[in-house]
Amino acid sequence: MKLRLMVNGESRETEVREGESLLYVLRERLGLFGSKNACEQGECGSCSVYLDGELVCACLVLAGQAEGSEVVTVEGLSEGERLHPVQEAFLEAGAVQCGFCTPGLIVAAHDLLSRNSEPTEAEVREALAGNLCRCTGYEKILTAVQMAAETTP
Amino acid sequence: MTTTPTRTRPSASRTRGGIGESVGRPDGVPKVKGEFEYSSDLHVEGMLWGATLRSPHPHANIRSIYTSDAEAMAGVFAVLTHEDVPGRKVYGMEIPDQPVLAWEKVRYQGEAVALVAADHPETARLALGKIRVDYEVLEPVTDAETAMSEDAPKLHLSGNELRRVDVRHGDPEAAAEVVVEGEYEVGMQDQAFLGPESGLAIPDGEGGVDLYISTQWLHVDQDQVAESLDLPPEMVRLTLSGVGGAFGGREDLSMQIHACMLALHTSRPVKMVYGREESFHGHVHRHPAKMRYEHGATRDGKLTYVKANLIFDGGAYASSSNAVCLNAATFACGPYDVPNARIESHMLYTNNPPCGAMRGFGAVQVCFAHEAQMDKLAEKLGMDPVDLRLKNAIEPGMKFPFGQEVPYPAPVREILGRVREIPMPDEQEAMGRDLRELPGGVSNTTHGEGVRRGVGYAVGFKNIGFSAGFDDYSTARISLSIEDGEPVVRVYTAAAEVGQGLVMVQAQIARTELGVENVVVEAADTRTGSAGSTSASRQSYVTGAAVKEACEKVRERIFELVRDEFGESDELAIEDGNIISDGREIAPLMEILDDGEISEIVEFHHRATHPLDENGQGDAHFQFAFAAHRAVVEVDVELGLVRVVEIATTQDVGKVINPKALEGQIEGGIAQGLGLALMEEIRIQDGEIQNASFTDYLIPTILDMPPVKMEILELADPEAPYGLKGVGEPPTIASTPAIVAALRNATAMELGRIPVRPEHIIGIPKKPPDELPQPESSRYSGIGRLEDRRET
Ligand code: FES
Ligand code: FES
Repeated sequence: MKLRLMVNGESRETEVREGESLLYVLRERLGLFGSKNACEQGECGSCSVYLDGELVCACLVLAGQAEGSEVVTVEGLSEGERLHPVQEAFLEAGAVQCGFCTPGLIVAAHDLLSRNSEPTEAEVREALAGNLCRCTGYEKILTAVQMAAETTP
Repeated sequence: MTTTPTRTRPSASRTRGGIGESVGRPDGVPKVKGEFEYSSDLHVEGMLWGATLRSPHPHANIRSIYTSDAEAMAGVFAVLTHEDVPGRKVYGMEIPDQPVLAWEKVRYQGEAVALVAADHPETARLALGKIRVDYEVLEPVTDAETAMSEDAPKLHLSGNELRRVDVRHGDPEAAAEVVVEGEYEVGMQDQAFLGPESGLAIPDGEGGVDLYISTQWLHVDQDQVAESLDLPPEMVRLTLSGVGGAFGGREDLSMQIHACMLALHTSRPVKMVYGREESFHGHVHRHPAKMRYEHGATRDGKLTYVKANLIFDGGAYASSSNAVCLNAATFACGPYDVPNARIESHMLYTNNPPCGAMRGFGAVQVCFAHEAQMDKLAEKLGMDPVDLRLKNAIEPGMKFPFGQEVPYPAPVREILGRVREIPMPDEQEAMGRDLRELPGGVSNTTHGEGVRRGVGYAVGFKNIGFSAGFDDYSTARISLSIEDGEPVVRVYTAAAEVGQGLVMVQAQIARTELGVENVVVEAADTRTGSAGSTSASRQSYVTGAAVKEACEKVRERIFELVRDEFGESDELAIEDGNIISDGREIAPLMEILDDGEISEIVEFHHRATHPLDENGQGDAHFQFAFAAHRAVVEVDVELGLVRVVEIATTQDVGKVINPKALEGQIEGGIAQGLGLALMEEIRIQDGEIQNASFTDYLIPTILDMPPVKMEILELADPEAPYGLKGVGEPPTIASTPAIVAALRNATAMELGRIPVRPEHIIGIPKKPPDELPQPESSRYSGIGRLEDRRET
């Protein structure tokens, strides 16, 4: 079947097979590999994207459910060479090791800061509790989000 | 992070981005933009998807395998079994005992039996369902102690004993004034790296294959893949693709041979990506252990002897169990001066999932036990637990129980003393606190009532690099040339960057040695000689030394050119792309180099180590790293829920190469130690994994991880490049026992098993389910019926 949707501001159309998730379509059909596939079960947050402005796990969304929707992925956050302040902060803080969790965390942190521009430490922890990272122990991620909160207008 | 300066480099270079600076990751920008290509992101036109059929049984004979139905499916291009393995039908790093695809027998649940390549992953999955395997199910051997018994079925021709290491030191009959005994158990931990096992194999049309893969050691993969494909190694070329974490779990092969077999068979590129459930079956885990200890001491707290019996479950195949068994035996007594010791370390084959490398590698299990014993002894003696450790701390010049002299530095006393001095976190009133700062968090299980605080200490140590006679080396090629009017250094190695930051370290070393800021660390592949494994915390040391020496050779050749041109010059150096003589710039590098390229290759071998003799004595290891931890916890003693308030740590790293990356290693390592202490365990019943998902196998989230305070010591190892020590593993070793010690301090429970679960803390006895009240029994009626709860 055909699927039409807006991805990062561009309208896209692709063939999909029944049962494919939005994550699969983004990655394998549209070539947007930024959203990651660490569990495909809604547990790790590495596939976090915006679906019509809502933060979702793309692995839990059936492709068909996204018909006609607007999707923003990590690739849609930077403007060309210019990184988003959240991305800058992740680099600056040293919050990236293997980086597999990073795209999902950046989208989730972006979402948090768009709702709450000055989150407390407890609020950051609560908001990012659905994003697993196996490398960093989260300290630098926490710092990154706090740094981004300071620099995000 | 606070560092205690104990050694400064005499002439620090002016070139930016050298060692000692928190330089950023060269792969950082693509990683935050989502553009970094991991092995699961690879894609080429016309590629097929590979999938693996795995045994549902932990132990069974294979009577037959029918593949015709799967082969007949539209979209299926190949179905392969053991008959299609062109070369050696087994693989393994230490002992090749694991079938590439099972024949005659499966020895663990999840063992690979057949492969499919299809045009869509879902087609491949459906095709797996059409392969019929006729199994004769056998009784599995489900624990190491059973495997040891005489009448247990022999799982391998060699028997069930995979390895045994005995360490005998001093007087075996030594008696002591004070004795403590304990039994300890460690559950099976998983590396749980986030990036799934994956890769892409592309046939070259001439019988060879290129494999893009995430791994820890390209060359050991290459050798094993080539062997099983019956190809010369040069026809199997491996390139490192983006690696989503490793922690030991990528040291063994997973889909490497399989993808290559499918690609060569179909003459099409084949991609394989494991799902999370498959990943739990697709790599080795940390060895579960049962350990019995006896410590003897004098009344004033000097250790007299340590006796330990360690039993490790190696699972179905050997992996790196040999080395884990040896490590455990050598570290069993902890970093203490132990005059008499008798250690037996047993490694057994069972029908459980194979176990192998994971961060800490044999040191983690015994550290949990020896540190619990030290606390027990301190309590019996009425001594402060840190004082007891200080009193027995090992020192350079002494002998480890395995006979090796303790090299300098071995700052056990310093790190323990300093970790105790790190200021304690403020003790806030529990009542009325933000829920998120209480055990149980927003589950709203306590508002502060029943919450008790505890503090615990532990210290641990481990070898860096490969040991016991293994020729451990790394190869680096450095080239210096002028590109677009600028000097550029290129670093070529086969060393795997798995997230830890080796790409930064390599560049920093090159900048420091060659005084050129523009350094490119090229993608790792098998065209450069082996770099050895990204494991055992060894790459900064071993590949670091290879890069450093190759840079020194390049530099020496430049200096020769300078001398040719300017005559004898004093105190030559390169800084910021300029040749410096006697502190004055004499020429830009460009002028000296012209259009030429200078390139040097170095193979660096670290000091030789030796196998242990029959008494477990020998110079087995070449470097040791030490870290101490203090944990502060809060426990809801009614529900057994835990909040770790803070971890403080002191670690000797020899030399800080990249402060931010070092902090990241320490914090990340502590998180994995916390996971083992409190939540992480692959639960196995009758040989079957019960929790192969992130829903049921829990790793710490940002809510579980406390702030970390750290103090870093830089006591230079005189043999190591810049004096550095490996840093990756020590944070994972003593953090676990420190947390459990804090739990004991808060609850007065014995807690001899990790992970500690709520029921252990509140002391619910372990009963088999059939002894618990059953639904139809009268005793059951009173338990938690909805109506009862409504009434109250
Ligand atoms: S991949 Fe979607 S939550 Fe893990
Ligand atoms: S950086 Fe590796 S999982 Fe987060």
